Parts: sequence; structure tokens; C-alpha cells
Amino acid sequence: MRTLSPIFYLLAALTLAGGLATVLLKQLVHCALAVTVAFAGLALLFLQLDAQFAGFAQILVYIGAVAILIVFAILLTRGSDLPKDGVFSRSWPLGLVIAAGVFAVLGWAVLASVGAVPQQNTVPAVTVHDIGDALVGRYVLPLEIVALLLTAATIGAVIVAMHEKERPR
Amino acid sequence: MIATPWATNPFFVNLDQIFVLLRNWLVGFLPAALRPAAGVLLGVIAIVCVFPGLFALTTVFERKGLGRIQNRIGPNRVGPYGLLQPVADGIKSLTKEDIVPLRANAAVHFLAPLVLVVTVFMGFAVLPVGRNMVLVDMDAGLLFFFAMGAATELCVFMAGWSSRNKYSLLGAMRAVAQMISYEVVLLLSSVAVVMITGSLSLPKIVAAQNTYTGVFPHWYIFTPWGLAGFLMYAIAATAETNRSPFDLPEGESELVAGYHTEYSGFKFALFFLGEYLAMFSISGLGTTLFLGGWSAPFSFLTWVPSWIWFFGKVMMSIFVFIWMRGTLPRLRQDQLMNFAWKFVLPFTLLNLLVTALWRFMGEGWARWVVCSVILIAAYVVMGRLEMRSEHFGRRRYRYAE
Amino acid sequence: MLGDGILKGMAETARNFFGSFVSAERLTTVEYPEQRIPTAENARVFPFLVYDGADWEAGMRCVACQICEKECPPKCIYIEKSADKKPDYVGKQQFYLARFDIDVSVCMSCQICVEVCPFEAIKMDTEFELATEDRFGGLLFDRKELSRSNEYYHSIHPTEATEVDARLTEEKAKVEAKAKAAAEAAAAKTAAAASPAPPAEGGS
Repeated sequence: MRTLSPIFYLLAALTLAGGLATVLLKQLVHCALAVTVAFAGLALLFLQLDAQFAGFAQILVYIGAVAILIVFAILLTRGSDLPKDGVFSRSWPLGLVIAAGVFAVLGWAVLASVGAVPQQNTVPAVTVHDIGDALVGRYVLPLEIVALLLTAATIGAVIVAMHEKERPR
Repeated sequence: MIATPWATNPFFVNLDQIFVLLRNWLVGFLPAALRPAAGVLLGVIAIVCVFPGLFALTTVFERKGLGRIQNRIGPNRVGPYGLLQPVADGIKSLTKEDIVPLRANAAVHFLAPLVLVVTVFMGFAVLPVGRNMVLVDMDAGLLFFFAMGAATELCVFMAGWSSRNKYSLLGAMRAVAQMISYEVVLLLSSVAVVMITGSLSLPKIVAAQNTYTGVFPHWYIFTPWGLAGFLMYAIAATAETNRSPFDLPEGESELVAGYHTEYSGFKFALFFLGEYLAMFSISGLGTTLFLGGWSAPFSFLTWVPSWIWFFGKVMMSIFVFIWMRGTLPRLRQDQLMNFAWKFVLPFTLLNLLVTALWRFMGEGWARWVVCSVILIAAYVVMGRLEMRSEHFGRRRYRYAE
Repeated sequence: MLGDGILKGMAETARNFFGSFVSAERLTTVEYPEQRIPTAENARVFPFLVYDGADWEAGMRCVACQICEKECPPKCIYIEKSADKKPDYVGKQQFYLARFDIDVSVCMSCQICVEVCPFEAIKMDTEFELATEDRFGGLLFDRKELSRSNEYYHSIHPTEATEVDARLTEEKAKVEAKAKAAAEAAAAKTAAAASPAPPAEGGS
């Protein structure tokens, strides 16, 4: 078992703190900012593993777009009011069971995959070139499906926004 | 290539590499284990000293330049020709009272300008300022730069929301919407450059442009797709940094001061610094991608140090920014967004297609003609379409739901 | 074509920028207070009292008729007449000023006092750099502070001053001509009264 570097512990602590803050803070916008911190922690973990493309894409997409989307959604739907019954729901035991189940499934998947990946002593240097090659070579079908999904989402957004213009006054 | 013997003259080579040599000499005093870290630290110190210094100079040049454009003299009382004005401004902003609104979210209010300036400074780490003069040569350098730019948008929102002021929030929303729309354009126009170069690493992009046919350099701006890409990049860069004519989020007559209404004293100065540094870094990136970075414009001028060319080109871009600010009126929010999504973005996508065509048509004059014709025709047609959509007639009202 | 307006605009601003270094038309700034634009001839700020000759007290044209005090809209003029009289420029006995105060913080430069003065005694000055730290006393000008010579009046409003001088000399000439005619008539009358006596006394 390799020892993990101290930087990993630091970044893991940062990510966990962000995640905890997301669910424990009262103000909804604070929660959104805390989840951004969690995203940043994840990106730094990717960078620590020398996965440059994944790390920067994480910052660019999650912090640059998803976090802003979350924030817009909160602000445009009056989510800033505090819930009357406090932040914790009353059916928290059920939530705990479901969370434990999800964690168990993910953990089993990760541990089982350790055997599937060939063991190497050195970390393979993956350049952006290799990622590009893989995307348009071996994984072109998933790429096209994701592109289709994004197009559908864009068209849906345009249609939803256009509806407001149709009503004559 | 018509090169002068001066280019290989040791004096000029040393002058070109003078900062690298200086760093190596200073770092040589330390034990070998500390040398890489010390080298990076020296680079960071250099960036933190040079670019804010340029910022100070730019503020006075902007005010004097705008003044001359507007038939008046700019500031001319502090120092000779007003050149010490930034010192006066700095002292003023340091000694002003720092007012935080009572109901404002103190933590987020404090963090917003801080995180903004930090992320903007990080963007300078990948710019190749001269030959062998890049702080971190990353494989995915361009992506890193855009990642830092994306993080900036969140800080703008944080500033606007934490002030508990409806004008700030409105300004922040508008700013974020504008920045997101033009970020797409920025990225797509850079993708064209990446397609041709085959790498995301900025020093490699500059090296690809550093070749000459005869006297003329192979800068990407001298190609049809490069010129179109550069124009779209310039428009997107102006919008990203909230400069005129896209400065509605901070227009004084519209929203008091937009998302930095509730900031005073040094925090306001930090926002100002962040905006100008963003201008420098985006101009630096534009120079690297399209204008050849640190390469000389003519092959007989390669003896001039590379960092002089880089900073010269960046200052020329800043001058064009100032010129545009003095010329154009402010765009309204809906005009801005329409422009982004209905004109600039389709044109940028077409530019991508044209770039691919350029790449696969092979060398020769045919690709020049075909690409130029496609781009010019598209520009004229889209221009006509845009201008046709002005309907004059009875005013139609749209009410909020 | 799309974008040609922007290019034209940028050309114009470039012309402004480079032109501001060479031509004064493109750089209209006047760096006050080192440089000053000369005021127009009919500029007006606050009133002053005109005096002829060298002595301001003796040559003052004002005869304390108090018309300007009555006509002044914000009532910023305060006049006190003298007890005795002295002759004016045509020789007629007139009152003169014991006190003439204008509060320039109240004066609104409407020039009504100038328009109604029958004696061309009060005119408008062009001096505007009158800021003072004394808010009340410093802005209350008495008759000594308000007096300016006729030469000064010529220097600030040349056309007007020459007209006024011409009018005054004409008035004076008319009065003198009338006086001379009256004197001649009186002399002729006394001569006519004295002349029939000698023929009666003739002979013997």
C-alpha cells in the first residue's frame, strides 16, 4: 500500500470541508459557494494526480459554469428564504440509509476496478494529444451522444425562452 | 529568411535572455535542492512587480489618452505631465475609509476582490513573455488560462450578491451573463489556433508562429481565418473585461457602479486592479495566439529582445482598448447579448469550419482565396441580416411576467 | 456594411487625438488659473461707481438720487445722502454720497441699477475673482471699494465708455450753450435797459 502524500490529505480535507459546509450552512448562497470550494478541491486533486486536462476542465466547467448555474437558479427562484422547519429534514434516518447504500455501491465499484486496470510502476504521462486521439478514435460514439444531448438542451432552453415572446400584448 | 547577423550577435542574445540569466545567477547562490522553487519564486516576484507597475502607467495613459480624444488635457498636475498621478491615486485609495454595509455578508464581501485579484494573477503564469520566459510551461496552458478566467466570473457574482444592494445584484447578474456569453466566443476563437498548431501549450503556439517566409512572419493574424478569429477574440476580450462599449455592468450612469457600488477604499482599488490586470492578461493571450507572441514582425528585426516585442504588442492592444473606449457609446444589455449569440458566435463557428478547410486544403494560393471568400461573404450576409432586423413602426411593449 | 460606422468613428477620434497636439482647435482646454480667456466686452459681474479725474471723492458722478436702490430687485444697495450739496459736472448743485454699500453676495448682476441711473454713475465691472474667507464683511463693498476711475471704465468697456463720455460732453455743451444764451440774453437785456439813457442826456 503506497503512502499518500501530505498534500493529498490537505486537499481531501478541503474537499470534505466544502462538502460538509454545503449541507450544513443555513444561507443557500453560502452553500453554493461551499460546493464551489468542493469543486475546487476536486480539481486540485486531479492536478495532484498529474491529470492536467481533467483538473482544468473541472475548473472551467464546474466552477465556471455549473456553480454559476446553481447560483442563478437560487437567485431566480427566491431560494434565499430560510426554510421554516430548519435545514435538516425529519426523515434523516432514511437519508442516512440511502447515502450509505450509494457509498457502498461506489466503493465496491472503485475497489473492483483496481484489479481491472493493469498495474504500472510509473504514472503514464497522458498528454492532451492522447485525450484528443481517444475522444475522436475509440470514444467517438459517446462524444457524439453527449453532443446530441447538449444540442437538445440548448434547443429546449431556446424554446422555453421563446415562449414568453409569443404572447401578443 | 532574411536574417541579420545581429540576431546571433552574443550581445543581443544576452540582452534577449537577460532576465533568464539574472534569475539563474541569483538562484545559483542557493543549494541545488532549493533552486527550482527559488526560480519560480523569483518569476512570481517579477510578475507581481511588473504588471501592477504597467497597470499604474496604463491608468495615467488612459486618462490622458481619453482626454486628448475628448479635446482636453488629462491629469497634468502631479509630477511631470501628470505621470505620478497613480501615486496620488494609490495614496488616496489606501487612506480612504473602508465601508462595509451593515447587512452585507462580511465574509463574502471581503473575499470577493481578494479571490478576483488572485485568479487574475494566476493567469499570467502561462504567458510566454519572451524567449524561454514563461513561468510554468504546462501542456494544457491555454486551458489553465481559461479556467482562471472562468473563476473570475464567480467573484463578480460574489461581490454583487454580498453587498445586499439591488443595484449591485443587478449589475452582477448582467456582468455574469455578459461574461458567460462572450466566454464561449473567446474559447471557440482560440480553438481555431489550437487546431492549426496542434497543441494547447502557449510556448509551442508562439514557436509555430516564429517562422518567416522572406521578410514576413507566419503570425496567424495574417491568415484569413486568423484575422477573423482575432477580430472575434478582440470583441470577446473587450466584453470579458467589461470595457467600453460593453461596460454596462459598471456604467456609472446606469447602475451607480454596478457590482462594486458598496466597495470603497482599497477593495475598490483591488477591483480596478483586477480589471486592468485581466485586460493585460487577455491582451497577452491574444498576442500569443494571433500576433506571434514575442516574435519580431520582420525577420531583420529579430535582434531586438523578444520581451520588448511582447510588451510592445500588449501595449498596442491596450491603446486600441482605450481608443475604443473613447469612440463608442455603451451597448445596452439586450443589444450586447443579441450581438454575442446572433452574430459573433455563428461567425466564430464558421471560422472553425474555415480553419479546418485551411488545414486540409494543403499549401498554395487556393486555400487563401477560398477561405477569404467564405469569410467575407459570411460577414456581409450576416451583417445585412443583423441590420435588417430593425423594425420601425409602432412600438411593441413586452411586460415582465 | 456592418462595422463601417465604428471605423469612421475611430478615424474621427484618432484625428482628435493627434490633432490635439498640433492645433488649438482640437484642444480647447484653457488651464485656469495659469491661462485665462479674456472676457467679452459686455461681460458683467458686479457694479462699480465711476469717478472722473484723480480724486475719487470729488469726481464721483453719483448724486445719491437713490433710484438704483429703489429699482434693485434683491435690494442689495444701501444709500445714505450727504447733508450738504456740491456742484456736479454741469455745475448744478447736487447731493453726494455719505454711504453707498452693495452686498455682492446678494447682487444678482441683473444690471437694472445701471440701466436706470440717469447720471451714468454706476456701471458693471468684469472682475470675478472675488472669493474671500470672510463671508459677511468681505462681501459687503462700501463706496471707497466700489469706486473706479473713468480710465478704468474705458479699459474694460471701451465702446460703452466712449459713448457715455460723448453723451456727457454733449450734455455739458448743451447746458453751457444754454447758459451762454441765457447770459447773452441777460446781457442784451441789461444793455438794452442801459442804452436809451444816453440820447436823453445829450445837448447843453
